[in-house]
Amino acid sequence: MNDRKKIYVGLAILIIAVTFPFWYGLVVTGDSTRPELFLPPDATECIEETGFMTANHMVLLKEWRDTAVREGEREYTSRSGEVIKISLTSTCISCHGRKDEFCARCHDYSNVKLTCWNCHVAPEGK
Amino acid sequence: MERSRRKFFRDAGAATLGLGCGLPMLGTGCSSAGEGAQSDSGSTGQLAMVIDLEKCHNDEIRTACAEACRKAHNIPEIPDPDDEIEWIWDEHYEHVFEDLVHERTPHELKEAPVLVLCNHCDKPPCVRVCPTQATWKRDSDGVVMMDMHRCIGCRYCMAACPYGSRSFNWRDPRDYIEMDADGEFLTDFPTRSRGVVEKCNFCVDRIREGLIPACVEAAAGVPGGEGAMVFGDLRDPHSEVNRLLEEKNTIVRRHSLGTGPNVYYIV
Repeated sequence: MNDRKKIYVGLAILIIAVTFPFWYGLVVTGDSTRPELFLPPDATECIEETGFMTANHMVLLKEWRDTAVREGEREYTSRSGEVIKISLTSTCISCHGRKDEFCARCHDYSNVKLTCWNCHVAPEGK
Repeated sequence: MERSRRKFFRDAGAATLGLGCGLPMLGTGCSSAGEGAQSDSGSTGQLAMVIDLEKCHNDEIRTACAEACRKAHNIPEIPDPDDEIEWIWDEHYEHVFEDLVHERTPHELKEAPVLVLCNHCDKPPCVRVCPTQATWKRDSDGVVMMDMHRCIGCRYCMAACPYGSRSFNWRDPRDYIEMDADGEFLTDFPTRSRGVVEKCNFCVDRIREGLIPACVEAAAGVPGGEGAMVFGDLRDPHSEVNRLLEEKNTIVRRHSLGTGPNVYYIV
């Protein structure tokens, strides 16, 4: 029974260590509200539904990449039947030109590295 | 009972032996049949270029070509020759056509400048060795393509190419690319990143839009440069390249290697 003090100290350290990710996030990074995105003022929806784009834009972009680069196919038919030109720099950027206030905000928030713009050239600040 | 058991083992042994000898041969037969089919009917077109050596002795033409190419594809200009990126450039005659010069070839001819670029070979060795299929020969027009998304920078293709047509990005190319007054790149063409291999793409980005390659256009724009470079499809019997190949004495680089280069030189 002499070790009661040591056991409590040990337990306290364990609890602090295990819950570290939770309180560290709250204390250090502060609030965790959704990032605010710059959305094109003259459009209500992207080439597909907003929900689909939020969840699957990376899949769609990868598909576009492979069909355009490897198969030379440059037309995409959306679910609503609209035919869209497969091009990151002309189709996507024609609306999302302010990529620092669109792509970057979400990717910074979720800590997902974005490498598209290491090579692809986008006109800034549209 | 005893006899049939022995017979069974003997037959099994013979069958195994037969399979062992037969299968590899069958495999070779199948793969060679496949290769034959690929080279005969795989490609429906083959783009080619004919370069007039004499006309291209004009420095102005060659500079214009290289400059147009740089601008069209955001190619970095790196001063260190170990790290430079080249799609189309000058090389001495004796180094381009090593098998055509000898001790008594005139000195001026040996030193004469020749425009060199990717040959978009019929049987490109670079494509054979690429472990990720980042480079491949396009069926529709025979262009040897590059997919920068897939290139892992192993430089196998550079070792395989007998013409030295490929360059490796040792540095971040963006630090060396020409920009306009507003600090923007001259074109939308994607720059490359550190750690990938690049080369001439026969201007597939321009061909797609119905234009001719930037170098060919630039050469024709220089006085005396008309016909210095001609571009067209070899499968089209009426194309200008086919007419030139029929009428003129043309050579290709290192013909004996059997790579089938598609850049021809009028001598």
